[in-house]
Amino acid sequence: MIAQQLLNGLFLGAVYSLFAVGYTLVFGVLDILNLAHAAIFTAAAFTAFSLSMAGVPLPLALIAAAIVAGIMGILLDRVAFAPLRARNAGTLVPLISSIGVAIVIGAVLRGIYGIDERHFTTGGLDTAPAIHAGPLTFTIVELTIFLSAIALMLVLSWVLRSTSLGRRIRAVGQDRIAAALLGINLEATVAATFFIASALGGAAGVLTALRYDSITLDMGGPIELKGLAVIILGGMGSVTGAVIGGFILGAVETLAVVFGLSAWRDAILFGVMFVLLVARPTGLFGKRALRAA
Amino acid sequence: MALLEVDGLKAGYGRIEILHGISLRVEPHMLCAIVGANGAGKTTLLLTLSRLLPVRDGRILFDGREITRTASHTVVRAGLLHVPEGRRMLAEMTVQENLLVAAAARKGGSAPADLDAIYARFPILGERRALPAGSLSGGEQQMLAIARALIMQPKMLLLDEPSMGLSPKLVEQIFAIIAEERARGTTILLVEQNARKALAIADYAYVLERGTIAVEGKGGDLLDREEITAAYLGESSATGPASP
Repeated sequence: MIAQQLLNGLFLGAVYSLFAVGYTLVFGVLDILNLAHAAIFTAAAFTAFSLSMAGVPLPLALIAAAIVAGIMGILLDRVAFAPLRARNAGTLVPLISSIGVAIVIGAVLRGIYGIDERHFTTGGLDTAPAIHAGPLTFTIVELTIFLSAIALMLVLSWVLRSTSLGRRIRAVGQDRIAAALLGINLEATVAATFFIASALGGAAGVLTALRYDSITLDMGGPIELKGLAVIILGGMGSVTGAVIGGFILGAVETLAVVFGLSAWRDAILFGVMFVLLVARPTGLFGKRALRAA
Repeated sequence: MALLEVDGLKAGYGRIEILHGISLRVEPHMLCAIVGANGAGKTTLLLTLSRLLPVRDGRILFDGREITRTASHTVVRAGLLHVPEGRRMLAEMTVQENLLVAAAARKGGSAPADLDAIYARFPILGERRALPAGSLSGGEQQMLAIARALIMQPKMLLLDEPSMGLSPKLVEQIFAIIAEERARGTTILLVEQNARKALAIADYAYVLERGTIAVEGKGGDLLDREEITAAYLGESSATGPASP
């Protein structure tokens, strides 16, 4: 029972992590919270839904929706963040402008899709076979979601660590002036960061929609707050921290259910967070939060 | 033709204008020094030249092209390299990553060959290549800051206080690197708190005072003029650089 719930926690945590790495990446590079991240998550789920309705196979729909989400991320930056950046508007004003974009995205989705819940059922998810491994049971869909999320995070980690683009992104995050003086095109690097972050957030949206076979206008709400909790827990701006934080969140949530405390799930979750943050105020992998202090 | 030509340059921060119309020329292969008291606008001038601060009036020509409104990274790619005050390490990245970021900015560069050349010239950076740049000593950080600029094969270097905070022995080492780079034909604009040392090696120098050029002339000539050394190098006054 505990093993099964831990496995469920892993499956859940992988998607939380995937959502949170995009969230934290933007913060790490620009020191701003992108509060439209959850709106793009939702928009990508609807995009994949429309594509699958048009007969596109689900894996292709996932990739295409992630790319659409990435492009939305670049547009989001141009509309909500770039003009403020050019005027040195600080970190609070972009918070408001990103909420504005989130509201617009939500309104457009409601205009197109209405308020009813949508399902992928035509994709054959309902007939996906269950896999039994010893005491554990899971579906091929859950496994695929988990592996997709892990694969995307591994690719991100490789890009950040070992590629020229990754070094540019990290350089801009550490010192924008130094980066400019080393010949880095700041605006292009910020655009690439938004593309990557939003594509990952969008992929998380599609995977979440697949997991519950449900697409709703408000599906981004819970994950937005949980994602924020995850990146604070992991250390603001730390991609590794966001991954680990996501898995901790998934494990705590499912274990609360094991011990019959499902009504207390969120209280336990934020209690654990509280204790961890008292012990480590900058989060598990955070150094950056102290920088401004 | 001058490599760098600045005409009537005005710039500042917010409502405050710091530079009130600076004009200067730097000829190719010359070492030009800019000296002056703290707050005279030396760093502001370099930040404006590398396009990190907007130009309010006047213009900047580099290598025959107007760069008054050009983005910083484009100026860098044109070969005008600024080694900033305080060294500006990418502190959490390794020494090698700092160099690779710079190497990537050069067209037609070959990172492995460029790195080898830099490590041959600065063996200490080779030894420290896998360490975070933030863990280096002040002298090593200054060396890395200069090496990052050199790996981009600059036409011209803007050096802002390269000897700041270093021991006399390390100051000698940094000045030896500057002399070596000058001998290779790189044009250099040097801003130095150590004005006497800067004037001694400069072909030409400008004395900056409250955002305008107060005096200019050959480095050695300025050093010989007593009123210059008295007013700007703080040698005959116990209170440091005098302000008129």
